[in-house]
Amino acid sequence: MTEKQTTTSAAFFATLKRDLLIAFKKKNDIVNPFMFFIIVVSLFPIGISPESDRLTEIAAGVIWISVLLASMLSMDNLYRSDFEDGSLEQLLLSPHPLFFLVLAKNISHWLVSGLPVVLVSPLLAYMLALPEEAYGTLVLSLLLGTPIMSLVGSIAVALTVGLGSRGLILAVITLPMSVPVLIFGTLAVQSTLNSQSPLGYLSLMLVMLSVSVSLAPLASAAALRISVN
Amino acid sequence: MSSAAPTTSSNFDTDKIMLTARELFCARDDRVLFKNLNFDLPEGQVLQVQGSNGSGKTTLMRILCGLNDSYEGSIKWYGQEIEDQAASFFSSLLYIGHRVGVSKVLTPVENLRWSCSLKQAVSDEQIMAALKEVGLRGFEESPCYTLSAGQQQRVSLARLIISPASLWVLDEPFTTLDTKGVALLENILQRQAHEGGSVMVTTHHSLSIPELTVLSLG
Repeated sequence: MTEKQTTTSAAFFATLKRDLLIAFKKKNDIVNPFMFFIIVVSLFPIGISPESDRLTEIAAGVIWISVLLASMLSMDNLYRSDFEDGSLEQLLLSPHPLFFLVLAKNISHWLVSGLPVVLVSPLLAYMLALPEEAYGTLVLSLLLGTPIMSLVGSIAVALTVGLGSRGLILAVITLPMSVPVLIFGTLAVQSTLNSQSPLGYLSLMLVMLSVSVSLAPLASAAALRISVN
Repeated sequence: MSSAAPTTSSNFDTDKIMLTARELFCARDDRVLFKNLNFDLPEGQVLQVQGSNGSGKTTLMRILCGLNDSYEGSIKWYGQEIEDQAASFFSSLLYIGHRVGVSKVLTPVENLRWSCSLKQAVSDEQIMAALKEVGLRGFEESPCYTLSAGQQQRVSLARLIISPASLWVLDEPFTTLDTKGVALLENILQRQAHEGGSVMVTTHHSLSIPELTVLSLG
């Protein structure tokens, strides 16, 4: 009966493909966080000062905080609808390791909500008068940081997906866990601005990313099992 | 508040018994759903779980699938602990719950392509043939939110046709089906039993399947 069983990689890619397909069909999953990010960043020059000296000072922090907030907005899409329509149970009952299936969902989530934000960040950096030499560091730090936020946020969403009214609890769990990413991300950009090498901070973020990739899906998988129980 | 009538298994070979449940006990909020529940599910049998609302039918089904672990007692798969052979158990298991696992955004074909490939390789021809059999011809490429509840249920039933799983655990699969759908599903269940597979099903319908055994809760 099991001779036609799929390989884990086939199940992984099927899950990745399905989640991307759902995201492209529900366009607001992609557009909402992206628009939110652009709008929040644009508010700062209006609210604080359009002077480029002051903007340069806060640019990295503003972009990073807006990225955090935008990622909160899209987090709930990760497991919510799957929980409601029963797809999550099917995922849990797969013979394949849940680690890889959860990882596929996280990767899809990052491709849809994290990557667009990374790609548009140089434009917003220009708007905030961030000097050109820091663009590379900013994009690189976001490239390393946004997947960490998807992976870590996934744990919180998995824990709370069974709750009826979640309100702010998702933000309360996720945002404190994102603080290290925020610190190293902004420090990397700042050190480029001070003509120092950002490599130390970036490699720390790379370490954090590797740890998240290898451990966070395990935690998400365990949390999902608890949530459907 | 129940102890269920154990079904007899004396006429079956022990190695043909897929699932053995012994001394199952489950309580929720200090209310005992079932205690001392024993049953065997041999190959080629349809086991209908009956009971009043709130008697723990869904809980029992979820316990058997490993979705719920708040129980005491032992459940064995071909005489061995399920944890020891999880891969074999989960690739032989097909579960359809109240929430049927059909994403409303996707089309029936896209839904089946994913949910089937979690377990086994599946071709588009197989999916098309299965959708035709459950009466969804012409709806293959419509998003599922445009389908009725019964049609969405039929999408999940198409998985039964495609799947080679030997153990089906179906929670209220008849609820939204019309009379034709009920006949179709009874037919599919019977075919599964004939091919040596087994089915556990909760329903209030009286099923006309010769291989039927009834387990009463509550």
